[in-house]
Amino acid sequence: MSESAVETHCPYCALQCGMGLRRVAGAEPVEVVERAGFPVNLGALCGKGATAAAVLRPGVRLTSPLVRSAGGELRQASWAQALDRIGDALTSTARTHGRDAVGVFGGGGLTNEKAYLLGKFARVVLGTSTIDYNGRFCMSSAAAAGTRAFGVDRGLPFPLADVPRAGCVVLVGGNPAETMPPFVRYLRELRENGGRLIVVDPRRTRTAESADLYLAPRPGTDLALALGLLHLVVADGRTDKRFIAERTTGWEETRAAAMAHWPEHVEAVTGVPLPQLRRAAALFCDATSAMVLTARGPEQHAKGTDTVSAWINLCLATGNAGRPYAGYGCLTGQGNGQGGREHGQKADQLPGYRKLDDPAARAHVAAVWGVDPAALPGPGRSAYELLDALGQEVHSLLVMGSNPAVSAPRSARVADRLRALDFLAVCDVVLSETAALADVVLPVTQWAEETGTLTNLEGRVILRRKAVDPPEGVRSDLEVLHRLARRLGHPDGFPSDPEEVFAELRRASAGGTADYAGISYRRIAAEDGVFWPCPSPGHPGTPRLFLERFGTEDGRARFTPVQHRPAAEEPDAEFPLRLTTGRVLSQYQSGAQTRRVPALNSAAPGPYVELHPQLAERLGVREGEPVAVVSRRGRTVSPARVSGAIRPDTVFMPFHWPGERGANAHTNPALDPVSRMPEFKVCAVRLERA
Amino acid sequence: MTAATDTPGTARVVIVGGGTAGHRLAQQLALHGEREVLLLAEEEHPPYNRVLLAEVLSGRYAPEVAALASLPPQVVRRRTRVVRVDREQRRVLCDDGSTVGYGALALATGSNPVLPPLRGLFDESRTGRERHELPCGVFAFRTMTDCADIDARLPRSRHAVVVGGGLLGVSAARALAARGIPVLLAHQGEYLMDRHIDSSAAELLRTHLMGQGVEVHTECRVRSVLTEGRRVTGVELADGFRLEADLLVLAVGVRPRSGLARAARLAVGQGVLVDDRLRTGDPHIHAVGDCAEHRGVVYGLAGPALEQADVLARVLSGKPAEYRGSRLLTRLTLNSATPLDIAAFGSTEPTGPEDRVVRLADAGRRSYRKVIVRRTGDGGERLVGGVLLGDLDTLGTLAHTWADDQDLVSHPLHLLTDIGTTTGGTSR
Repeated sequence: MSESAVETHCPYCALQCGMGLRRVAGAEPVEVVERAGFPVNLGALCGKGATAAAVLRPGVRLTSPLVRSAGGELRQASWAQALDRIGDALTSTARTHGRDAVGVFGGGGLTNEKAYLLGKFARVVLGTSTIDYNGRFCMSSAAAAGTRAFGVDRGLPFPLADVPRAGCVVLVGGNPAETMPPFVRYLRELRENGGRLIVVDPRRTRTAESADLYLAPRPGTDLALALGLLHLVVADGRTDKRFIAERTTGWEETRAAAMAHWPEHVEAVTGVPLPQLRRAAALFCDATSAMVLTARGPEQHAKGTDTVSAWINLCLATGNAGRPYAGYGCLTGQGNGQGGREHGQKADQLPGYRKLDDPAARAHVAAVWGVDPAALPGPGRSAYELLDALGQEVHSLLVMGSNPAVSAPRSARVADRLRALDFLAVCDVVLSETAALADVVLPVTQWAEETGTLTNLEGRVILRRKAVDPPEGVRSDLEVLHRLARRLGHPDGFPSDPEEVFAELRRASAGGTADYAGISYRRIAAEDGVFWPCPSPGHPGTPRLFLERFGTEDGRARFTPVQHRPAAEEPDAEFPLRLTTGRVLSQYQSGAQTRRVPALNSAAPGPYVELHPQLAERLGVREGEPVAVVSRRGRTVSPARVSGAIRPDTVFMPFHWPGERGANAHTNPALDPVSRMPEFKVCAVRLERA
Repeated sequence: MTAATDTPGTARVVIVGGGTAGHRLAQQLALHGEREVLLLAEEEHPPYNRVLLAEVLSGRYAPEVAALASLPPQVVRRRTRVVRVDREQRRVLCDDGSTVGYGALALATGSNPVLPPLRGLFDESRTGRERHELPCGVFAFRTMTDCADIDARLPRSRHAVVVGGGLLGVSAARALAARGIPVLLAHQGEYLMDRHIDSSAAELLRTHLMGQGVEVHTECRVRSVLTEGRRVTGVELADGFRLEADLLVLAVGVRPRSGLARAARLAVGQGVLVDDRLRTGDPHIHAVGDCAEHRGVVYGLAGPALEQADVLARVLSGKPAEYRGSRLLTRLTLNSATPLDIAAFGSTEPTGPEDRVVRLADAGRRSYRKVIVRRTGDGGERLVGGVLLGDLDTLGTLAHTWADDQDLVSHPLHLLTDIGTTTGGTSR
């Protein structure tokens, strides 16, 4: 790497690939260069990472605060005016409607420092219980199931480097070939090493194409599929009895639940022929060690938590947990999807992955914050419930690092709820769809203009560094919180320097599940990241969890008996098809970043509907012709993409686009009872020619 | 029905029968959490998955492994036999003399095995219940008790005969053969599973069974059971030929148990008649599973029983739900080192000039695929039946098309091979 390049990480997904940024003179202030030494990606980058510098182009940036005028227009304003307006509005709402009427909505892309300080700001300065974040739409089902089984939720309990050394990997509902391309190297190496790859997806994606075995269940039936596999494992006598006896609890009831899902029934429910299920069970059990990796496919359902539990049960029953090269893991999506769910921007949580309703946790964190534990609010509303309450119980909202007008389910309603607020403030880099609805928009620094830590999908805490100065007029999220806190009577306790915030985060997390106490910026740089838990400066960090014991009280992993059940909205005569949603190679999340990068946007300029040739034939629609998707919640029109790679009973839409073109106009906000995850991945629709 | 209509004074749902449908209904009602649930079950065994019986018999599962998950604590399960339904008073009378009031009653009484009219099966010298006691060594194959009794008998058995070559008989014969005992399967029909598959598929099935140690005799009617001191020694065929047997399994079919409903003057056809809300003529009485007849169909299969139970649980919890019938494939899996899979649905032979047959057969691979396609009035084509044996790769497409019941948009070959459906590469 060039000497002048700053070692940092990609602005996008949870891999947090290492990259270098070198200053150049041009339209973009830096260029992306290879950082070969970082273990996760060894220099490789996908198209999004390679073009990341384009998000720094001045033209697409907000550089001045915007305040909505009496005439209803967003006009440029000074920082002092904008912050005063926010401070006054939040104070007035709390006075009129109570503290919980002031809401905070964060994001899984925020650095650990920001997520931590945002949570502290809500609990200490605003005194509100109303805080949650978009990670609820992302990781919450896997997190809940992981905690339920292992007592700890860390996306991968092992480093990525372990993946190629497993004997068999089952990838459920994930398409890393498009969503995190550098990860594909691990799958390729797995197969080169003789390991087997099983991919489960209703679409034969590029990832599926590379598999030894590809299973295409109906959307919403991954739970039945996992139960069917467990049934076969039991029937064939391939459980690991010793592991079950020595390291788990709850097997009998779980086995009974699996036995109620006999193979032919599972075949009818999932549409996956039994011989393929048998083959999957054999590949899984024949391997010396096996892994199951889930992504949003099985998780974003009203039964997402139970679905993940079913896959975890399969791992536990076969002894594939708590030893090297085996186990359950979740492919986290957002850049800081892991760290973002550990430090207190979640409705029920305090830093260090502590529970907000645990008296000991409250006492510890309150001591670090210098407040009375009794003054800390209790658990609040989950993300969709929070958004749904806007304008009703929640009257003012501060949004940081999120674009819920696009990313939330039933997005048209969410946009209506945002409009119904008395006051909306949004901190963002660009004028996102949510920011466009705000009363005050604060232009904040972004990736490469600021320093902070993130925790990638492996639980590796990494350091993103500042490489360029932000444009004139732009401030960091930490500085926003610092200044707002001061305006609201808290001159201390909200530093704007990230390393200072991290030092406090370390103390707040000490002794918690996600213990960062021993991690420092210096160690992160020297060690290519540090894996939590790392309770002291002398501790090496923990690349592999659970080798000795699981994180539960008795050290045993817990089976959870689960039953299959239908989707919240099953197809019927009026809406006979299933819609599933996902991402494409060249875009990221709500598109707020990537839609503004010309090279990416021209590769994937707009939404489309993927449908099977038979369905297209029946409808009389050809490739590229407009087709309307109609659900109980909305109607969208986009071009048809005709493909034999999708089930004939299912259509697919990517979700990167807003409003009337967006997939989330249709998605069903039915919530998982445990994780409060909305059902993004399946709803009932019909198609019409448009 | 909503709870509000449930006078007098009880919103309790009483379920009669603890089999597949009854158990599932109780479980789902508890999940909805709206009403008190009391389940009255007759069988002495804790609830088990009946679908797995043949596999328990074959030794693949221990009996306790077939157990169903225990019911949630809010469901009360009592072991008793209901002898009468008192619709006036809205209560049921049990054989232990107790009565139980209901707000809603769900009949999930299942079905009984049909016993073939064989000479010597019943002891004509006795009366009452004793008269219907089967000779020693003769069993129906319907319950876990049957299974345990057959199992206990096996060590002393040298020749087993299974009567009935349908789904159940074939499974039972295969299971017994897996236990290493010579089995003769006697089937009255022209070929095995003639209600479900065609003769070509049946021939492959027969070959498979022979390879597993089952001797198959079709067009073979058993006339009498031969006994010595009420112990079975063999059977006599219609042509007078005698076969030695010390274990005789009768698997000629099942019949819905509709006695309670009939006695309560509810409409009964083959089964207890129900509408799309699984309701009988009495708005307070419902029926699900093997005992129910919906739109002229008694399914007698576990899959539809579960679907019906799920719908009824919603109905009884005041949620919108309708059962519109199941268009499922009949499936049979014969497990062994080389499992044989069979899937069948609808008619498996053409029934007129508007029907045509599309078939792919590869005897070497023991693979057989066939569909019947019917020309419709408006010039379209519709799938009306089919058989898959051996290779089930296209089962998903086939099941979907069958359930969908719409005109085909392309040549039916795509129902038999995945070549053609997978063109166009990966999702882009």
